[in-house]
Amino acid sequence: MSSNTMNLTLKVWKQKNSQDTGHFETYQVKNISDEMSFLEMFDVLNEELIAEGKEPITFDHDCREGICGACSMYIDGKPHGPWLANTTCQLHMRAYKDGDTIVVEPWRANAFPVIKDLMVDRTAFDRIIQAGGYISVNTGNAQDANNLPIEKQLADDSFAAAACIGCGACVAACKNSSAMLFLSAKVSHLALLPQGEPERKIRVTNMLAQMDKEGFGACTNTGACEAVCPKEISLTNISRLNKEYLLAGLTSEK
Amino acid sequence: MLNSKIPSGPLDQKWTEFKGHCKLVNPANKRKLEIIIVGTGLAGASAASSLGELGYKVKAFCFQDSPRRAHSIAAQGGINAAKNYQNDGDSVFRLFYDTIKGGDYRAREANVHRLAEVSGNIIDQCVAAGVPFAREYGGLLSNRSFGGTQVQRTFYAAGQTGQQLLIGAYQSLERQVALGNVTMYSRHEMLDIVKIDGKARGIIARNLVTGKLERHFGHAVLLCSGGYGNVFYLSTNAMGSNVTAAWKAHLKGAFFGNPCFTQIHPTCIPVSGDHQSKLTLMSESLRNDGRIWVPKKQNDTRRPNEIPEEERDYYLERRYPAFGNLVPRDVASRAAKERCDAGYGVGTSKQAVYLDYADAIHRYGKGEVNKRNLENVSEEEVIRLGKEVVKEKYGNLFDMYEKITGENPYEVPMRIYPAVHYTMGGLWVDYELMTSVQGLYCLGEANFSDHGANRLGASALMQGLADGYFVIPYTIGNYLADEIMTKAIPTDHPAFVEAEKEVADRINRLMNIKGKQSVESLHKRLGKIMWDKCGMARNEAGLKEAIVEIQALRKEFWSDLRIPGTIEEMNPELDKANRVADFIELGELMCLDALNRRESCGGHFREESQTEEGEAKRNDDEFSYVAAWEYKGEHQWELHKEALNFEVAKPTQRSYK
Repeated sequence: MSSNTMNLTLKVWKQKNSQDTGHFETYQVKNISDEMSFLEMFDVLNEELIAEGKEPITFDHDCREGICGACSMYIDGKPHGPWLANTTCQLHMRAYKDGDTIVVEPWRANAFPVIKDLMVDRTAFDRIIQAGGYISVNTGNAQDANNLPIEKQLADDSFAAAACIGCGACVAACKNSSAMLFLSAKVSHLALLPQGEPERKIRVTNMLAQMDKEGFGACTNTGACEAVCPKEISLTNISRLNKEYLLAGLTSEK
Repeated sequence: MLNSKIPSGPLDQKWTEFKGHCKLVNPANKRKLEIIIVGTGLAGASAASSLGELGYKVKAFCFQDSPRRAHSIAAQGGINAAKNYQNDGDSVFRLFYDTIKGGDYRAREANVHRLAEVSGNIIDQCVAAGVPFAREYGGLLSNRSFGGTQVQRTFYAAGQTGQQLLIGAYQSLERQVALGNVTMYSRHEMLDIVKIDGKARGIIARNLVTGKLERHFGHAVLLCSGGYGNVFYLSTNAMGSNVTAAWKAHLKGAFFGNPCFTQIHPTCIPVSGDHQSKLTLMSESLRNDGRIWVPKKQNDTRRPNEIPEEERDYYLERRYPAFGNLVPRDVASRAAKERCDAGYGVGTSKQAVYLDYADAIHRYGKGEVNKRNLENVSEEEVIRLGKEVVKEKYGNLFDMYEKITGENPYEVPMRIYPAVHYTMGGLWVDYELMTSVQGLYCLGEANFSDHGANRLGASALMQGLADGYFVIPYTIGNYLADEIMTKAIPTDHPAFVEAEKEVADRINRLMNIKGKQSVESLHKRLGKIMWDKCGMARNEAGLKEAIVEIQALRKEFWSDLRIPGTIEEMNPELDKANRVADFIELGELMCLDALNRRESCGGHFREESQTEEGEAKRNDDEFSYVAAWEYKGEHQWELHKEALNFEVAKPTQRSYK
């Protein structure tokens, strides 16, 4: 593999804390190898800033393998940047060329207040899960795992929905800041499995109510969420959620 | 001094015996007992949810923004269980035996047998909680093989098994949060243990958003804070993975067990340059179907596809015909290093070997042709069909490889090299998972207990969930039953005040160094010392040098570190400084332990102790013990030995030939 280097201009959102109004700051980075990851480019910049006695840029990141869902940069108007089905940490500098200018912002949504710079508070997602994103089975209650066969296709579809990493790119991409793709992924994951059946109605009802309470917007089915989802969570899940919700309403005993 | 509290009786009856006689806490008393859990990976999340379900008042802490992001999430390949669903001769005994042997006879028999016993319950529990494991067309669970075994006992969810298991445990945890049984503190880091009258009674934690220190009381404290592979700087661990919780406990009296036992995983994406911030694993499951090779000619610069079959050295198949590409990790890693050191490495750095899927693609393609009753199928069509099958099994891993390297692994063999992945060492615990401090427990990768000197693939997830779901709910009662009269201790108790002051003083000291070097640059240097001298091969001279170098680095750290920003704000550089300071101290202990253990076993390879064929040579007469180190003050430790008694799995020279 060949390794090329490039010089870039970065315009990065800086915001001291949740009260601060925030602003863009411009940085020049030099000799960036195309083998680096996008976050390694930020590491290089931060090391330079520290050496110059300046404040480094704060951002969320952890596994750097595209699975923990921590990283969350809004790059040139797109959550996680230009590559399809990708997280910020897996974006590599091959995607850019010498002389490019890159604009980096945090996720923007009322329900995700900025903590500092590019780091936001996504605990609203945890509270949506608390509202019903689980199967109520205490440890020790399980029967033998193979006592209940599950059609392979259902298991595969459930897994595809469960692959959501809870990063919030769907919310960041949505003009309404809706969390519908995130929510529908969890509802689908559990509704497709026989184990999820007993709590099917109450789950979708309560989780939707919690989403509204957190200040996420409504879904207008534009599909921007699906287009940026690093795990390619399908819009079909939203139709499934709508069906689940309708069914729950129509057949409610209450 | 060391009492491992292993129950008496025959090996396969010990756990039943324990459960039948351990003390219980009645439901009304459970509501009055508070438990602190640090870390929310598989061990922490499963413990928090299970103990919350039992009625204890649980407080759980994680440094990530959500418990769902703990690094268990990144585990790829699978989880072992002795279900014998494949009818291929598996049993609790086999899983026990494979694990003991895989660990090169340096683990405790009783713990490992218990692990094998509960392994089946874990799969049942996870399926009930909605974990979407891979299934066959008949609707039943699918299995695959992992290294160091000859049966198929690994359950999986594509290459995202850890993610699916953690999401399962996380959901149960959030359910307990909703029910009010667990209080969750995310973006919090534990910075000290509070001990009162010799017992662990709480922690000092730092709110990473505000920078403020907090005091939290608990009748017991559980550390589920993961491994310390990041002491090497480059590892497959997450950027935030750290040893701080365990290390603070160590400084307060918890013994550290076998610190030098590190797992170097054979199949990782090689280092590409100095900018590298972490390494990425390519799951061991890839060795089910992939074949590992290097050219037979030294310094062969041809592209891999240009090298004909007869000029390739499938060195694992050659050296270990019985296990082939599925030898345990330590063996596979050393074999790769041996080939590269001898000049057969590939890629620009020459520090890589090939992991090749051409054969598997062809084999699966033929299988599809058969299955679909196709006739007159072209070679291209066979390959196309084969790629489809491989994509279904390993698609996410292949995609990840392509994103990182820019090469398409369906067309050219992957380049791989060993990297630090897991630490078998950790806080010493007894059979009940209690450390040498009363009321302080340690679960999952953070403890030393089940994997000996080498962990088998797909066993980390098993251990984390075993500890959290099925062990601690029983063993903690045995301690807390005697604590039911202890009222919650107010956090203005002098022990809390003093512990908080110590933490605050240290943070102030760090901030006031105002030197020139960044945390990152010092961490990198520590990593280099560790990798060069306490990595895949170790020798006496190197380890002695490493200790001197680490001590010097420590002085430099405390006199020339630069941390920007202030204390009372979100300050990731300060968070890292707190962690790296502890890694430096740990590094010294690891080298000391490696120096003391003048034998090779599992992942610990002392160059002075090898067979004629270059395999690890144990010295059971002198080293059949767990090294439990007691902290005695700066640069000083006292070694305690827990003798290992093998009543059932008699130690032999490990052979995979």
